[in-house]
Amino acid sequence: MPHIALKDVTKEYPAPQRGHAPTVAVDRVSLEIEKGDVFGIIGYSGAGKSTLVRLINALEPATAGSIEIDGTDITRLSAARQRQMRTGIGMIFQRFNLLSSRSVRRNVEYPLEVAGMGKAERRRKALELLDFVGLADKAGAFPEQLSGGQQQRVGIARALAADPPILLADEATSALDPETTDEVLDLLAKVNRDLGVTIVVITHEMEVIARIATKVAVMDRGQVVEAGETYSVFTNPQTATSRRFVRTVVRNLPTGDELTELRAQHEGRFFTISFTDEGATEARVFGALARAGVDFNLVYGGVDSIQGRVYGLLTIAVRGDAAAVDEAVSSIGSGVTVEEVHA
Amino acid sequence: MSIIEQVTELMPTLLEQTGIMLWIVALALIFGGICGLILGLLLYVTRKGGIMQQTVVFWVINILVNTFRPVPFIIFIAAIQPLARQVVGTGIGSDAVVFGISIAASFFIARLVEQNLMAVDPGVIEAARAMGASPWRIVRTVILPEALGPLVLGYTFAIVALIDMSAVAGIIGGEGLGNYAVSYGYRQFDPVVTWTALFIIVIVVQLIQAFGNILARKILRR
Ligand SMILES: Nc1ncnc2c1ncn2[C@@H]1O[C@H](COP(=O)(O)OP(=O)(O)O)[C@@H](O)[C@H]1O
Ligand SMILES: [Mg+2]
Repeated sequence: MPHIALKDVTKEYPAPQRGHAPTVAVDRVSLEIEKGDVFGIIGYSGAGKSTLVRLINALEPATAGSIEIDGTDITRLSAARQRQMRTGIGMIFQRFNLLSSRSVRRNVEYPLEVAGMGKAERRRKALELLDFVGLADKAGAFPEQLSGGQQQRVGIARALAADPPILLADEATSALDPETTDEVLDLLAKVNRDLGVTIVVITHEMEVIARIATKVAVMDRGQVVEAGETYSVFTNPQTATSRRFVRTVVRNLPTGDELTELRAQHEGRFFTISFTDEGATEARVFGALARAGVDFNLVYGGVDSIQGRVYGLLTIAVRGDAAAVDEAVSSIGSGVTVEEVHA
Repeated sequence: MSIIEQVTELMPTLLEQTGIMLWIVALALIFGGICGLILGLLLYVTRKGGIMQQTVVFWVINILVNTFRPVPFIIFIAAIQPLARQVVGTGIGSDAVVFGISIAASFFIARLVEQNLMAVDPGVIEAARAMGASPWRIVRTVILPEALGPLVLGYTFAIVALIDMSAVAGIIGGEGLGNYAVSYGYRQFDPVVTWTALFIIVIVVQLIQAFGNILARKILRR
């Protein structure tokens, strides 16, 4: 049985004005998330990611479909039972959402107060969690005295205080600079590894998914257009929408304007070459072209790391007579996908 | 008689009247402050998208507040006299004044509270909901504490408005410094009385405002 199972979940918001169609924020989404997954949900702004994640802890009621957590359909629970259920799901936010009227320690104690834990016990638990996120010395500080990264770590400590098996992260690093983003992502990876917490990560940033998500679902206009292992979804997207999405977020392919500019600067025929760690290395690709004796250069792209694995996507310009170029390109060998970029 | 002598002679009476004014304002602040807090909170939580959305409750309170809040207080206190007779047993004197100010202050403070609560970051309310907090717990532990600084400033502002209201107490036979200044200063052409009363009111208002500012600054830690 999956840990979290969404079946044909739809969420409509009423039309802003009479006579308009309602907004379908989430459109017949089915997903299965296993215990221990770091499950990424990626999509452009407005794709319905935040709505989807807020359905999982019933902050919003679903219009149709079922959402099962460990086999219990949470959409059918009473309001009181839903609140009870939420204590088992931590959540962190883009803007951290810490209580400015409380110290860091008392922020972390909040879910424990809700759970009815005694004062001394709460205090001990909060300090333990602050230690886990590396902020033991900030217990008495107030949120506004901390940096963004520190505030998010307090947010994580607070979300984990009641030992929830699930953590939802809605754009948790989108308000942070790249360096702080890495720290927070490392912390989330540690939460998953050391505490076994299942994490659902919502983001519009490819880097976040590439670093920590073992599985990913690509959302577009309320629908999940593709879901699977992160590495295979990003290196070999199956649907047109996810291909388009992956290409824009991976940023290793020139856009139309960039391509026009590149063609002005470089002669020859353009090819995109993609390879995974199972197929080839950059060195093998260049070696094969060099041995074939054609003149070529790399004009765009590079090699990325997705889930610690290599993924290369290069655009090259190759010069020479047509037959020699074809010969050279086909000599690159297996495990590499070569596509000519036509003008 | 020199001005100094006249002021010295007036002082005991003026201070007594100041005491009456502060007593009326304090009582009205307790009753009106509590009713206003409850009404303002209800407006905030029952509105569309609020944490306890109740459209009917919202509209009833909203219409009530909208109807009575803009009425000039001098008309309001006269109009509410029959009700005062029912509730406090008399339509004249300080008790009736306290009653009138309390009711008017409730509507006025209700809006003030509502506006300050609206400024609470919806994100922290969402976070509390996500942690499983009930609506009532969210009111107690999130909304009120998060809005406390602005609420203190709002109530300080309300006290000054209550002092203003207390000055028309005379029309239903109430006492107080404002009324004294009108009756013995203005009506009897005695500018010394008027100006001495004014001076005392300015000092009282400044003290209250300073106290409110310090308290709010302490709460907001800035
Ligand atoms: N409370 C709401 N009321 C009405 N429409 C909403 C509400 N929340 C989100 N939407 C709409 O639902 C769609 C998806 O929004 P959202 O889930 O926030 O997307 P994302 O998080 O992917 O950017 C958008 O069109 C948005 O305008
Ligand atoms: Mg969002």
